[in-house]
Amino acid sequence: MSAIASKLGWLLLALFGAFCLATLALHRGETISAFWLLAATLAVFFIAYRFYARFIADEALGLDATRATPAVLRNDGLDYVPTDRWVVFGHHFAAIAGAGPLVGPVLAAQMGYLPGTLWILFGVIFAGAVQDFMILFLSLRRDGRSLGDMVRMELGATAGVVAMIGVLMILFIVLAVLALVVVKALAASPWGTFTVAMTIPIALVMGVYLRFMRPGRVLEMSLIGLALLLVSIWLGGKIAADPAFAPVFTLDGRTLAWLLIGYGFLASVLPVWLLLAPRDYLSTFLKIGTVVLLAVGILVVMPDLKMPALTQFVDGTGPVFSGSLFPFLFITIACGAVSGWHSLIASGTTPKLLANEKDARLVGYGAMLVEAFVAIMALIAACVLDPGVYFAMNAPAALIGTSVDSAAQAIQHWNFVVTPDALAKAAHDIGETTILSRAGGAPTLAVGMAEILHRLVAGDGMLAFWYHYAILFEALFILTTVDAGTRVGRFMIQELAGLAVPALRKTESWTGNLIATTLCVACWGWFLYQGVVDPLGGINTLWPLFGIANQMLAAIALTLASVCLVRMKREKYLWIALVPTAWLAICTLTAGWQKVFSTNPAIGFLAHARRFAAALDQNQIVTPAKSLAEMQRVIRNDYVDAALAAAFSLLVVAMLAFGIRAALAARRSASATAHEMPRIAIAGARP
Amino acid sequence: MSARVARIWNALVAATRRIAGIPDYDAYVAHLKTHHPERAIPNETDFFAERQQARYRAGGGRCC
Repeated sequence: MSAIASKLGWLLLALFGAFCLATLALHRGETISAFWLLAATLAVFFIAYRFYARFIADEALGLDATRATPAVLRNDGLDYVPTDRWVVFGHHFAAIAGAGPLVGPVLAAQMGYLPGTLWILFGVIFAGAVQDFMILFLSLRRDGRSLGDMVRMELGATAGVVAMIGVLMILFIVLAVLALVVVKALAASPWGTFTVAMTIPIALVMGVYLRFMRPGRVLEMSLIGLALLLVSIWLGGKIAADPAFAPVFTLDGRTLAWLLIGYGFLASVLPVWLLLAPRDYLSTFLKIGTVVLLAVGILVVMPDLKMPALTQFVDGTGPVFSGSLFPFLFITIACGAVSGWHSLIASGTTPKLLANEKDARLVGYGAMLVEAFVAIMALIAACVLDPGVYFAMNAPAALIGTSVDSAAQAIQHWNFVVTPDALAKAAHDIGETTILSRAGGAPTLAVGMAEILHRLVAGDGMLAFWYHYAILFEALFILTTVDAGTRVGRFMIQELAGLAVPALRKTESWTGNLIATTLCVACWGWFLYQGVVDPLGGINTLWPLFGIANQMLAAIALTLASVCLVRMKREKYLWIALVPTAWLAICTLTAGWQKVFSTNPAIGFLAHARRFAAALDQNQIVTPAKSLAEMQRVIRNDYVDAALAAAFSLLVVAMLAFGIRAALAARRSASATAHEMPRIAIAGARP
Repeated sequence: MSARVARIWNALVAATRRIAGIPDYDAYVAHLKTHHPERAIPNETDFFAERQQARYRAGGGRCC
C-alpha cells in the first residue's frame, strides 16, 4: 500500500514539474514569477536524484556498501578519515562551488531565461552530476587517486601527460577570466575597490590570530573576519563619498590588472597560513551562508522575472557574447550544468573521506545538483533586472558608448525600453557612478541579489550595502582561487619542467619556486591584461575560451568514465557516460572550429585578424583600435586566441582517440580489466 | 544535560571545521592511542599548523 502511495507521489511530482516547465516555456506575458522556475528545478532534481542517480548507483556502477573505502582501509586520522556523509557533502560542495556557476548563467541571460534554464536542468542531470559521481566512484575504487593518475592507469602514460597539459592550459584561462571578472567589477568603483582591498589586511590579521593567538579556532576567526568585512563595507561607502579619499581608490582597469598580477605573485609565494588559509576558511563559510541567504531571499520575495523567455539574440548577434545558441550557450554555461574542473575535486580530498561507497551518490551527484541550483538562482537574479538595465551593464562600450544617453539609445534599437534617467538612477541607488559595460557577471548578479535581499532587509541605503556585499562575496572567493590556482599552476609547471630538468622539480627550492611562479603568473596575467585592454570588453573573447576549456576537461573525464565502464565489462550501461561525452565533444569541437574558422569576424579569431590586417595594409585604423600599434596588437591577440582554441580542440580529439583505443583493447579481453583495488569487505556495513 | 550539550556542540564544531578542510584533533589523538601507541602525540597547535600546510601543498582543491 505504501509502495503504491510512494509511486503515486512521485508521479504527481513528475506531473507538477512538467506543468511548471510547460508554463515557463509557453508563457508569453510581460513578466513571470520566479516560482515556476524554482518549482520546476526542484521537481526535476528530486526526480533525477531518486531515479536516475539511484539507477546509476545500483545498476550501472554497482556501488557496494560492504566494500571498504580508502578512508576505512587507510584511516590515518589525517587525510583518510571515514566521515559522516553530510559533512563530506558540505566539504565537497564548498570545494566545487565557486564563481563559475554565478557568472555563466548571467551572461547566458542575454538569450532569455529559457535556454539557460533548460541547459542547466538537463545538463546537470545527464552530464554534470553524472561526471562528478562517476569520477568520485572511480577514485574510490582506486585508493583515492587523482584524475591525472587515473587517466595514466586506464588510458596510458602519454594520455596522462596530454591531460596534464590540458589542465594547465585551462588553469591559465580560468585564472585570467576570473581576475577579469574582478577587474570589471572594481574599475572606477572606489567603494568596491576599498572593501575588496581591505580583505587583504583582514586576512593577514586573521592569519596571525589563527597561527599565534588562538590556533585552530577557525569558527571564531571567521566570525571576527565577517564582522570586519561588514565594517569595511560600511567604511567603503564613507570613502566613496569623501572627495579626498575617493580618487585614491578610483582605479582604471589597467591599474587593477597590474595590481592583481602583483597580488597573485605575492600571495602564492607567501606562507599559506598568512593569507591563503584564513581567507579560504572565511570564504568557505561566507559562500555557504550567502547561498542559503539568497535561497531564502528568493523563496520569500518570489520576484518576477522581467527578461523574456527568449530574446532575438538566440541568433548569435548578442552584445554579451557572440555566436548562436548552439554551440555557444552550452559553452557559456559550463559550471552549473557540467564543469570539468569538478573531476579534479571529485578525485582529490573527497574520496579519501567517504565512509561508505553508497555515500558517493549523495556527495557526487547530490552536491552537483545543489551547485546547479545555485546557477539557477544566479539566472533568476539576472532576470529579475529590467532587461534594459541588464544590457546596459553587460554590453561593451564599443556598442553602447560611454554615456547613459548613448546606452539608452543603443538599447532601444534592440527593442528594450530604458531611459537615460533610469540608468543613472540604477547606478545611484547602488552607490556607484556608472553601471555601464560592467560585463563579467559579478556586478549584474550583485544588482540582482541586491534587488532581492533589499526586499528582505529593506532600509535607506540598503540597496548599496547589499550590492557591495555581493561584490565582496564574489571577489573574496575569486581572489582565493587566484592565489590557490597560481600555486597549483606553479606545482604543475615544476612537475612538467622536472621531466626535462629534474632540479626544477624540488618544490621547496626557492629558485624553482620563483621561476615557476613567475611563469604561471605571466601566463594568466598576459590573458588578463589583453582582456582588460580589449575594446570589446575581454569577457567577449575570454569567456568562450574558458567555456571550451572547461567542457574539454569534462569530455576528458567522461571519456575516462566510459573507458572504465568498458573495462569493468559493464558495456550495457556505457550510454550513461558516452552520451554526455559525445555531446560535450560535439559542443567543444563545433565551438572551437567556429572560434578559429568562422568567416564572421565577431566569432572567428582568424576572420577578425584578417579584417584588421586588410585595413592595416591600407594604413587605416578600424575602431575600436586607436592607433596602428593597437591594430597590430589586436591581430597578434587574435592569432594567440585562435591557436589556443585550436589546441583545445586537438586535445579533445587526442583524448577521444586514446579513449577509443583503450576501450577497444578492453573489449577484446575476456575478463574485466579495470585497475581497481582488490575488494576488501568491511564488517557491520549498512546494507 | 550540560555534558550532552557540550558533546553536541563539539560535534558541530568538528563538522564545520571538517567542511573547511581541517581534521579533528581529538579524533586524531584517539586514533594514535589505539593504533600507534608508540608514537608521540603532537600538541594541537602543531597539529593544526602541519595540517594547514599539508592541505595547501597542492593548492587546496578549489574550483573556479
